[in-house]
Amino acid sequence: MKYVSLVLISHSEEIVNGLKKLLNQVQPDVSIAVAGGNDGEIGTNAFRIKEAVESVYSEKGVVILFDIGSALMNAELAMEMLEKTDHIAIADAPLVEGAYIAAVEAGLGKSLDEVVRACEQAKQMVKVVRSEVE
Amino acid sequence: MAFGVEQAKRWMSIANDHIQQQKQYLTELDQAIGDGDHGLNMARGFQEVVEKIASANYEDLGSLFKDISMTLIAKVGGASGPLYGTAFLRMSLALAGKKEADDKELIAALEAALDGIKARGKANVGEKTMVDVWEPVMEFLREKESLQVKEAALLAKEKMEHTKELEAKKGRAAYLGKRSVGHIDPGSASSHLLFAALAEALEG
Repeated sequence: MKYVSLVLISHSEEIVNGLKKLLNQVQPDVSIAVAGGNDGEIGTNAFRIKEAVESVYSEKGVVILFDIGSALMNAELAMEMLEKTDHIAIADAPLVEGAYIAAVEAGLGKSLDEVVRACEQAKQMVKVVRSEVE
Repeated sequence: MAFGVEQAKRWMSIANDHIQQQKQYLTELDQAIGDGDHGLNMARGFQEVVEKIASANYEDLGSLFKDISMTLIAKVGGASGPLYGTAFLRMSLALAGKKEADDKELIAALEAALDGIKARGKANVGEKTMVDVWEPVMEFLREKESLQVKEAALLAKEKMEHTKELEAKKGRAAYLGKRSVGHIDPGSASSHLLFAALAEALEG
């Protein structure tokens, strides 16, 4: 694969399906896999995360983004189940903003490290500029 | 005391009975300080475990605990899935190839389970989690070097109740900060049920 791929994890299937749709519109060339919900219910599932990673894996790299709570534990568990994890990174970033940046950067052909670094910057992003006089 | 496949299956079966009976209670604990899914998740997960292992034959304890672990990881969507899943996975590694475990070996396997829980949840004692039950119970068993399971279950109960006084530092309850004080941690409650079930399975 030419570009770094994305794996999106959420407790809700709808959240990651919707997010994937949004990102496909922004950057259709980047491969995105989702792991949302658990058996149709709210939750996350390490096996589904593992499958999602495998479905978009290439040596170019895979960046994993997750939402809340136990999503990280299951992502780490999935990593332990995978045979090789050299080119896979879990990003410490908010899911929506982080994935948006990751898709854009990946689409520019950036390396895995560069994509991870860029999307982790989303934590510092100012979304509402407040005027100082209020 | 011999701990073989039969005893391990009985442990899971008794644990499941307790969890089904306490499903509402675990949910209420979780509704107070978490996201309210602990009872449901544990009930679903352990029901699946019991169904999965009931009819299967196991050559060793390792393969039995592997099945338990994989079932919990697959079926429990909340934090208890990866936490208990990891605990039983570490036990399966510690007991691989063993048809029976003596006291020392089972204690070592439970110790490995605790290490797994701590590594997965990145939690330590005092943070109002299941570690607040597991760590003192394992300290007790390690010191005794024998499976004094009844005493261990009593200690688990005491330590579960003690989580009421703690302020949550991990998981959803941590968002509540000081407001989490006064409530028992749901994970410590289900951990107590596991130790109580182990005592019943081994001593009747």
